[in-house]
Amino acid sequence: MLWTRRSFVKVTLSASAATFLPCLVRSYFPRFPREDDPTDESLTEARHYEKLPYKKIRCVLCPRECVVDDQERGYCGVRENRGGKYYTLVYGKPCTWHVDPIEKKPLFHFLPGTKAFSISTVGCNVECHFCQNWQISQIRPEQSTDYIASPLEIARAAYYTGCESIAYTYAEPVIFYEYMYDCAVEGHRRGVRSVMISNGYINPEPMRQLCDVLDAVKIDFKAYTERFYSNVCHGHLRPVLDTLVLLKEIGIWFEMVYLVIPTLNDSPDEIRSMCRWIIEELGPDVPLHFTRFFPQYKLRNLPPTPVKTLERAWKIAKGEGLNFVYIGNVPGHKAESTYCPSCGRRLIYRIGYMTEVEGLRDGRCVYCGREIPGVWK
Amino acid sequence: MDRRDFLKRAILGAALGPGLLRPTIAGTRSRVVVSVGKGRLDEGAVGVLLDRGIEVLFGAKAKDVWQELFGPGDVVGLKVNCLAGRGMSTRKELVGAVARRLISAGVRPEDIVIWDRANADLRKAGYRTNRGGNELQCYGTDEVGYYPALIQHMSVGSLFSRILIEQCTKVINLPVLKDHGICGVTLGMKNFFGAIHNPNKYHDNAGDPYIADLNTLPFIRQKTVLTILDGLLAQYEGGPPYMPQWTWPFGALLLSKDVVALDYTGWQIIEKKRAEKGLPSLREAGREPLYILTAADPQHRLGNADPSLIEVIYV
Repeated sequence: MLWTRRSFVKVTLSASAATFLPCLVRSYFPRFPREDDPTDESLTEARHYEKLPYKKIRCVLCPRECVVDDQERGYCGVRENRGGKYYTLVYGKPCTWHVDPIEKKPLFHFLPGTKAFSISTVGCNVECHFCQNWQISQIRPEQSTDYIASPLEIARAAYYTGCESIAYTYAEPVIFYEYMYDCAVEGHRRGVRSVMISNGYINPEPMRQLCDVLDAVKIDFKAYTERFYSNVCHGHLRPVLDTLVLLKEIGIWFEMVYLVIPTLNDSPDEIRSMCRWIIEELGPDVPLHFTRFFPQYKLRNLPPTPVKTLERAWKIAKGEGLNFVYIGNVPGHKAESTYCPSCGRRLIYRIGYMTEVEGLRDGRCVYCGREIPGVWK
Repeated sequence: MDRRDFLKRAILGAALGPGLLRPTIAGTRSRVVVSVGKGRLDEGAVGVLLDRGIEVLFGAKAKDVWQELFGPGDVVGLKVNCLAGRGMSTRKELVGAVARRLISAGVRPEDIVIWDRANADLRKAGYRTNRGGNELQCYGTDEVGYYPALIQHMSVGSLFSRILIEQCTKVINLPVLKDHGICGVTLGMKNFFGAIHNPNKYHDNAGDPYIADLNTLPFIRQKTVLTILDGLLAQYEGGPPYMPQWTWPFGALLLSKDVVALDYTGWQIIEKKRAEKGLPSLREAGREPLYILTAADPQHRLGNADPSLIEVIYV
C-alpha cells in the first residue's frame, strides 16, 4: 500500500474511532431532564376508550372499565377526561429508570444474563396491600417530579447502555400502555426487545394489540382465589386468568410469579389448585416463580414468608407436573437455578442476579438434548 | 382581652356549654340548619344567611359564636371544593364571608388558609392563590406536599395534606351540594377526599365504607369545627363536573356540627329534586350514597343518619 498524507489521516482517524468509540458507548449514561413543574401535564390521547353522552367516557383498557366524568380521572389516577376526550398524563414521563439484570424481573427463560433497560411511570390499576413500589404505584402524576423521555430516547438509552431489552416494570405498565407501546416500537427499530412486567389486569383487545410489539411478559399472579384479589388487591381473579390463557393462545413467551404471603395465599390446597389450572390451561412448561414476601405498604402485620413455605409450594408444583419451578427472593437457594426436566442436570446456575449458562445450547439441554422452552437468543 | 371581654367570653362559654367543640355523638339529636336566601347572593347577602344559620344552630349571637369557636393563635383551614371550576365550586362569596368573621373573631388573615388539592383547581374556581405575606392564604396541597408517613386506618391508607396535618389547628369544611356520578352525592364527608393523595382508589362501591372510614381519623374529626354546605347553586344530576342543565338556584347554606346529619339532609334534598325532575332515585341509579349510613353505624359513630334524630330547621 502506498501511503499518502490523505490515506494516513484516514487510517489514523478510523483507528482512533475504533479504539475510543466503544469506550464512549460503554460510558454512556442517559441523562433525561426532569420536568420543571409536576402539575404541567403532558397530554396524549388514550387509545382504548369510548365516548359517552354528556362528555363522559368509558375506559376499556383494563377490566375496571371506569366511567369517567369530565375533569375526573379513572381508578389508576393517570388518565383524565378533558371535555369528553380521555388523555394519559404520563406519556413520555417515566418516574424512574434503571439498568437491571433480566433476572430481577424475574424472567429466567428470556435472554439469561442480559440487561434490561427498566422504566416505569407512576400509577396502577389495582391496589395490592403488599405493594413494594407503592411510593410510585399509588400516587398521581402531579405528586412526582418525573423525567421527560420520548420513546425514541428510551430506545436509544437502552441501546447505548447495552441492554437487550426494555422492561416496563416497577409499577403497572398497563396504565402507561401508549408509552409502553411506542417505546417497544422504537426499541425494535434498534434491535432492542421489550418485556412487560404486569399484573395481567388488562382487557383482551389491548393485550392482543400489545403483544404485536412485545417479546415476553411476566405476570404477577397474586393468588388463586377471588377473595384474595378483591380483598387484598381491589381487583378480580377472572380477568387475570383470561389474560394468561390469551398469552398462551397468542404464543408469546411468558412466565408467572406467585408472591407467597403467609396465611393469605399459602395454603397447599390453593397452590395445588393453581398448579392444576396452569397445567390444564397453559401447559407444564410455563415457568412459575414462588417468591418470598416481605412486609410492605399496608401489609406490615405479617412476617416474611418462611423459606420452608416456599419449598413446600415448590414441591407441590413439581409434584403436580410443572417443569420449571423457582424460588425467588432467597439468594443462594438451589431452586433459583434452572434444571433439565428430563435428565435433572443444572442448565443455568443462578445466585441472586449472577447467572451462568452452563448446560444450554441452542435452546437444548447439552446433556440429554431436551428442548428447553424460552427465548434464548 | 380586657376584663369585660374576659367575663363576656366566660359567660358565653358557660352558656353554650363545654360541648360546643365536642364531636357529635351518634344517638343524640342533631340539628341541621338550612338558611335560605332570595335574590342576588353577593358576599353581604351570603353573610346574612351565614349569621342567621349560625345563630339558629348554636342558639347564640353569631359574633359571639365565632369568637367562642375561633380566636388569636388559631390557624383555620377553609376546605373548599374546587374540582368543578367556577360553575360548581365553593362560592367565593361564602369563603369571603367566613374569612371576614374569622378575622373579626381575632384570627389573623395570614392564619386563614383556603385550601384544596391543587393550586390549579383553586385558580380554575376563581380563587387567587397566595402563600406568604399578611393576607389570606390560598393554596393547594401541591404547594406544600403531603405528610410523608403513610397513615393507615380502617380501609384507608393514604398520605395526607400537610395543610391538614401540620398547619391547621382548626378546619371549617365548605363543600358544595351536588350529585356525584359514582358515590351518589359529594357533600361534607367526601370533601376530605381532597386531603389525601389517592382519592381515585376509594370510589369503588360508591365510596362505601372508605368515605366514612376516612372521616373517623382523629385529625379530621377533632379539627373540623363546623361544616357549611354551599347550596347557593346546587346540582342534582351529572356531577361532580358542572352541568348547568341540572343545577338549580337553591340559594341556601346548610350548617351543622354533625357532618353525617348534614350529608343525610343534603342527600334528601337532592333526592327530592331528582324526583321533581322525573329522574330515578340514586338507589335506582345504582349509586345510593350508603356511605352516609355507614358513617352513622356503631363502628363509626360519626353522627346521625336517622331522620328521627335529625332536626332540620329552615330559616
